[in-house]
Amino acid sequence: MEKKKIITRRKAIITGLTSLGGLLLAGCSKPLPPTYGNILRMGDNLTYIAQRALLPGQSLAKEYNYSDISSFPATGTTNPASFNEDYARLQKKAFADWVLPIEGSVSRPGSYSLADLQKFPSRTHITRHTCEEGWTAIGQWTGVPLSTILQSAGILPSARFINFYAYDTFIDSIDLLDAFHPQTILAYGMNGRNLPIAHGAPVRLRVENQIGYKSMKYLKRIVVTDEFLDPGDSGWAWYTGI
Amino acid sequence: MTHQTIDSEHAPHKRWVKTAHWIITLSFFALVFTGGEMTMVHPRFYWGEVGNDLTPALFELPVSRNYQHGGWEKSVPFSEAVNAPVSAARTYNIFNQNGWGRSLHFLAGWFLLVPGLIYFIAGIFTGHFRKHLWPKAKESSLRLLWNDVINHVRMQIPAATNGPHYGLLQKSSYVVVIFFLMPVIVMTGMTMSPAITAAYPFLLKIFFGAQSARTIHFFASSALVLFLIVHVVMVIKSGFKQQIRSMTVGK
Repeated sequence: MEKKKIITRRKAIITGLTSLGGLLLAGCSKPLPPTYGNILRMGDNLTYIAQRALLPGQSLAKEYNYSDISSFPATGTTNPASFNEDYARLQKKAFADWVLPIEGSVSRPGSYSLADLQKFPSRTHITRHTCEEGWTAIGQWTGVPLSTILQSAGILPSARFINFYAYDTFIDSIDLLDAFHPQTILAYGMNGRNLPIAHGAPVRLRVENQIGYKSMKYLKRIVVTDEFLDPGDSGWAWYTGI
Repeated sequence: MTHQTIDSEHAPHKRWVKTAHWIITLSFFALVFTGGEMTMVHPRFYWGEVGNDLTPALFELPVSRNYQHGGWEKSVPFSEAVNAPVSAARTYNIFNQNGWGRSLHFLAGWFLLVPGLIYFIAGIFTGHFRKHLWPKAKESSLRLLWNDVINHVRMQIPAATNGPHYGLLQKSSYVVVIFFLMPVIVMTGMTMSPAITAAYPFLLKIFFGAQSARTIHFFASSALVLFLIVHVVMVIKSGFKQQIRSMTVGK
């Protein structure tokens, strides 16, 4: 298991380095998100390549003490029940019927209920959430490492991206380096309690070394893909390590 | 305006200095513009690691509709403890153009960082810093510096020299910008990056936290804007046309 991770990390760094040259040649950067001919997206990719090439990939984000936990605004979607009937139905039964399907490049596709996720060894950490708006907040997150679930589903060697679908219609993805980062978890607990609805109940993603909006709330489905799945230009950077 | 002969003491600006100067100038404009946009999105500043609408601010700037908007649902405490941290859901549709603002800021940042590093290394190894920027031993006197300040306040500005032959106050201000403000603004910028601070946690230590870094970043950028204004006034006062010519096509 440990060996597999090392290869993934090394591969990601090599891919990053080779795409540094690839960026100069138009249409030659397969492992990178599309730029749509937009100079801002090219800059995002440059930052992505540079951070992947220059930063040690699996360093842990700073973890804080329990007494550091701060007040925490809930922004973006704060309750999908107001527009999503499926979510409203699940919420009414305290998410007992909620399941998280994992599909795509995995040898054992399947669905995980909240109880299934809670059976896996959990990880709890207290980290700083950095919102793109400029504010920060410290919270404690409890959940199952994404790597555990990906290995349980039998992620295939061809896999390159993990795509997330949410009940509030958001679609996003992360690369394998972040997916296998020890602090990247599927969180079902916040500050010692069940994850509140305003913060993404029943389960949200936590990606601690990117900006807050990569930590998707209200998870609905995970799809593992070999290629970058293009959701279209949202006008926002895909990689937000900065 | 005096016309000075070109000898070794009066060499013109080097081409690499001029190139770095103008690339960094353009990137600085883009950085200030997008930095202003980002300030408008969250015009509150804090000290330490944490700062958000539910925690007290050091100061707030009335620069957008987000200023003290008050669009929050009732706060819910995370526990029964006294003074427990709270959460509240935002109901207000904030001003937010950070999608392009952030990406343009970081793209422009590359055009500051890369030419800046080349300039820095070249400045050391060509002797540019030692010969032209660092005050000479005979200049290192507070009295001389004070006299130069007084002359500037009285708007007695020496005429353009067509090259890197600077007065004492001028040298001092360039030294502060190049060796203090620029490194501070780049490093505090990086201290706001979750990936960079994960790799280099010492950044959070030296700037007292992510929000302190943001606040220092704001003040350093304000100081740089102030420098730019004074710099342009001095360029105008010392002979605008001649200064621009010697900093661009002139020899």
